[in-house]
Order: sequence, then structure tokens, then C-alpha cells
Amino acid sequence: MLNDIFIKPFVDMFSAPDFLLQVLWEGLVSGILYALIALGFVLIFRSSRIFNFAQGIMVVFAALTLVGLHAMGVPAWICVLLTLAVMFGLAVTIERVVLRPLVGQPDIILFMATIGITLFLIGLGEIIFGGENKVMITEELGIPTDSVVFEPWGGLLILEQKDITAVVVAALLVVALLAFLNKTRMGRAIRALGDDHQAALSVGISLQQIWVLVWFIAGIIALVTGIAWGARAGVSFALEVIAYKALPVLMLGGLESITGAIVGGLMIGMLEKLFEIYWGQPLLGGNTETWFAFVLALIVLLFRPQGLFGERIIERV
Amino acid sequence: MLYRTAGQFKTSYKADQALFPVRQDAFLLAVILAFAWVIFPLMASEFAFQTLLIPILIYALAALGLNILTGYAGQLSLGTAAFMGVGAYACYKMVTLMPWLNPVVAILFSGVFSAGVGVAFGIPSLRIKGFYLAIATLAAQFFLVWLFEKWGWLYNYNASGAIQVPNLEMFGVYVAGPQASSTVQYYVVLVIVTLLTLLCINLTRGNLGRTWKATRDMDIAAELIGINLMRSKLTAFAVSSYVVGVAGALFVFMWRGAAEPNLFDIPLSFRILFIAIIGGLGSILGNYLGAILIVGLPVVLNTLPEALGIPISSATVEHLNIMIVGSLIIFFLIIEPHGLARLWALIREKLIIWPFPH
Repeated sequence: MLNDIFIKPFVDMFSAPDFLLQVLWEGLVSGILYALIALGFVLIFRSSRIFNFAQGIMVVFAALTLVGLHAMGVPAWICVLLTLAVMFGLAVTIERVVLRPLVGQPDIILFMATIGITLFLIGLGEIIFGGENKVMITEELGIPTDSVVFEPWGGLLILEQKDITAVVVAALLVVALLAFLNKTRMGRAIRALGDDHQAALSVGISLQQIWVLVWFIAGIIALVTGIAWGARAGVSFALEVIAYKALPVLMLGGLESITGAIVGGLMIGMLEKLFEIYWGQPLLGGNTETWFAFVLALIVLLFRPQGLFGERIIERV
Repeated sequence: MLYRTAGQFKTSYKADQALFPVRQDAFLLAVILAFAWVIFPLMASEFAFQTLLIPILIYALAALGLNILTGYAGQLSLGTAAFMGVGAYACYKMVTLMPWLNPVVAILFSGVFSAGVGVAFGIPSLRIKGFYLAIATLAAQFFLVWLFEKWGWLYNYNASGAIQVPNLEMFGVYVAGPQASSTVQYYVVLVIVTLLTLLCINLTRGNLGRTWKATRDMDIAAELIGINLMRSKLTAFAVSSYVVGVAGALFVFMWRGAAEPNLFDIPLSFRILFIAIIGGLGSILGNYLGAILIVGLPVVLNTLPEALGIPISSATVEHLNIMIVGSLIIFFLIIEPHGLARLWALIREKLIIWPFPH
């Protein structure tokens, strides 16, 4: 038993390093996607203290709109623009109808409101687009679909080009986002609002505009995530469950930290794949990916209650 | 006019702290209880029992359990359904291992197991707070549902992976399983729910409830005035999980009749959280109002298009349902973030001074 837990998995890893690399790569790709969703959460949480549960369904909704528009015969790139317009409309509607009347309410009320938004969008999406699984328009968007094959140490390592594209696009998105938040006036306004609502309002930052902006950026991130994940697994409402995967990422990285979201996402993506392949399947009957990330994050939180990169919690009476 | 508190003098602290200091409240409750105990069972059809009466009571009990943890002790939990699952599976194991056991005793005892599991998953709450804790309770949610699926011993290794409620007898009457009648099951649920509600009302009014409220309002301040936070939080987890576990056992044994692991998945947790929040956090009455709304609404919405003669397919109705429930949640949060119970409190204040505005 101890041998199976502590020795055999490592022997397996080193006897087939190409397989280990393949597992790590798969983990990295899903980790990037978790990180992207977590990024949407972090942006909204930082600027408004809203724990946005609807990020997952926004991913599905963006992907469905894109595919649905293309099915109506609209050229692919115009579809992307139109989808962005839809996400902007969604951001404006959510701010106007849901968030504005709820300004200043306790966190849990706003959290529940985003679950309400989630339910609404699930119903709406099912009625407009139908519930069946759809194929993402990967080729039409110019994303390469071949695969690259390496042969390290005489083994075999297959990297799909669409995964490489996803990783590159995600990296670019993160860099752009960090530059936007740190270097532009708008970005500074977002951070100011996150620090102190009233102080930000008193220096003339518009709460409403910033909230629309932030939700729109979260919508853009959702579209990118939707395309990347849709290219791997098709577009359906099952995608919504990856929203849950972003939660342990947030716990691990800290709710306020963009770096935390990315590092946490990559860590969880790779570790859960490793655990599933080397420990979960042989010893626990598999499918451990549903809970491993949560338990890992829970253990980390016991030692660092604010997550790895979160803001230090200082409590005063 | 009818709702006047004038003239009802309290001459002792005891009278002031009584369960029903206002005579009309006691009267109102007596009317509701009379309906619940006598009039509904006489009039209700099989359909009403199965789609409204029994589920409303069970959901209200589950929400009550959650409300103790979230509304009174301030610890947000998203893992309610998993604790219901622990109660249901514990009850199933008990009645199959010990067939001679009285089913009601088994149901009441199954809560003890979920209380134990609840305390174990409540330990992180000593260090983690707020949304971090909420996500930590999701660990319980996902891990336990996975366990229900993989641990064959829990469902006696049957091929379907689901638990089937056997026929259970009590004093010569079937109370659970395919042969039990809805009326009997309704009464069993009603007895247990009434008892546990009374217990919870008194717990939250007493010493324990006050330490919970102090912990909720400001935990550091509570610690400074000498409240043991660990004891306060862990008792909240224990009591809450006990009630939720009993609700879970009732859910499967008195209503569904069978359960597979994914029944206890996260949508059920959210459903119960909706009930607790729309009803009102930190209120006992609210759980019932919320359950009536959340359980009753889909039933009404399902029958409405047919009654009005609008031809829509049942799939569309279901999706419209989800949309409407989602928008109603937002609507109720906007008009009264403190829930329906608070709405009732406002109406009550207005009634007392009616017809004068102030």
C-alpha cells in the first residue's frame, strides 16, 4: 500500500518521461483555461467586491452566441465582433438592471444575484440556441488544427496546435490586461474603486461606467475562454461546470490577485492531472478531478488563509 | 384593527421573553398548524402531497439547517446538499443493516452522522472566513458526492449505484418505500419538521443562539467578550448539519424513494441557499416562506400555460421556468434584500399602527 502511494507513481513517472510530459502539457492547457476564468472573477471582485458566479455561464453564452451567429451565415470575424457587441450589451444590462439597485448590499446578496443571472442566462441560452453540443468554428477563425509531434528520449509527445494557440493567446491577454490595469487611466480608476468605493467616487470616478467596463472585459475574457475550451470539447452547457474549477484556483491564488489567478490556475491544472493519472486512477477509482483542486486549496488555506497571493487580512475591532 | 398589541401588558421578564409575546401571533400560528395538521391532509390530492406539501416541508427544514449556519452563525456554506446526502446514506445503511430499527428513530439518528461530517468540514472555518470559507465548503460538496459514487459499501454494492428505499413498517403501517401512502409520509415529515423547528427556535433564542449571533456580527469582538469562537462555530456546524442531515434522510425516504449520488450535486445546494436567502437569513419563518415560493413557483408555472391554453412544448416551459426563477431571485433581492421574513415584519408593523401612518 505504502509502495503504491509513495514509490510506484514516481517510478512510473521516471520510467516514461515522455508520458509525464504529455500529462503535464494537458494539465498546463486546462490550467490556462482555469486561470482565464479565474481572471474574470478576480477583475470583477477587485473592482466591486462582487463574487461573480456568472463567469462560467458567460463563457458558455459567448461561445454559443459566436457559434449561433456563424450558423446563420455571418462571416467568422464579423461574428466575433458581433459577439463582443452582445457581451457589451450584457454588461450594460447587468449593471443597469441588477447591480445598480443592489449597490452597498452585503456581499452574499450580490453573490446570490449573480447566481440569479446564471440561471437566467442558462434558460435564455437554452431557448435561443438549444441544449445540444455544438462544434466550435475553429478553422473559420484561422486557428490551426494540426498537431506537433516531438520525440524526447525516444518517446512520443503530441502537442495540438490549437492548444498552443490557446496558451499563446492567453499569455498575450494576461500581458495586455496587466498593462491596461497598471499603465492606463482607466486601469488606475478600476484599482482605485477596488481599494475604496467612496474615496474613488469623491475624486470623480464613475462607479457605473467602471462596472460596465469591468463586466465587458470579463465578457471578452469569457469569449476567449469559450473559443479555446470550445475548440477542445465542443460548445455546450456542460462547459458551465468549469466555472467551479476556477473557484479553488481563486482560493489558492487569492481573490484579489491576478498573478495568483494565473499561478493558481497552472498549478491546479497540472497537479490535478498528475494526481488523477498516477494516484487517482490506480488507487481511488478515478474521476478525482472533481474534488482534488478543492481539497488542495483547502489544505493550502489552512496555512495561508488569504491564499498564496491574496491581500493580507488585517482585522481590527 | 385586528392586529392590535395595545392592552397586552407584560408584567414579568418571563412573559416578555415568552415564545409568543403577542396574542395574535399565537392565534395565527394555531390557524396555520390547524391547516397543516388537519385541513390539508383531509383535502389534499396525491399530486398536492407529492409536489407541494411534502417537498415544501422538507426543503424548509433543510433551509432551516443552513440558516442556522449562515444566518445565525454567519458562516456561508455551499455544501448543504452533500450533508443532506450524508444523512440519506447514513439512514439507508442503518435501515438495511438493522431492519428491526424504527424508521423514525433511524431518520432522527442519521443526522448524527452528518453532524460529525459537518464538524470535520467545519474545522477550516476556524481559520478561513467569508468567501474563502464558502469555497472551502465546496470541497465537502464535491468530495462527498464523489465518495457516494465510488464507495460501494454505502449503496450495498448494487449494480445501479443508487439507493432504493425498502418498505419500512412502523406499528403495522408502512411509512417509507413504494407501499407507503402519502398521507402517512406527510404526517411523519410534519412531526419531525415541527419538532426540529421548535428545537431550533429555542436554540436560537437561548445562550447558544446568542453566541452564534455575536460570532456572526463581529467575531473578534465576540472573542474579546469571552465567547469561545471555536465552540461557537463548531456547534453551529454540528446543529446545522444535524438538521440538514435529517432533512436529507426525509428527502430520500419520505419523498424521492430512491437517490443516486448526483441528486446531491451542487444545484440542490444552491436551491436550498435560495430558499434561505429569499426567505430571510437569520429568521425561522423565512425558511417556510422561501420554500413555499421556490417549490411552489415551478409547479404553478408548469400548469399555467396549459390552463391558459397557450401551446408551448414542455422543454421550453422548463427553460422559461429557469429564466423566471432566476429573474425572480434578482427581483426579490432588489425589493427586499433581507428576505420575505423581513417583508412580513414590515407588514406586521404597519398592521399594528393601522390606520395611522406613524
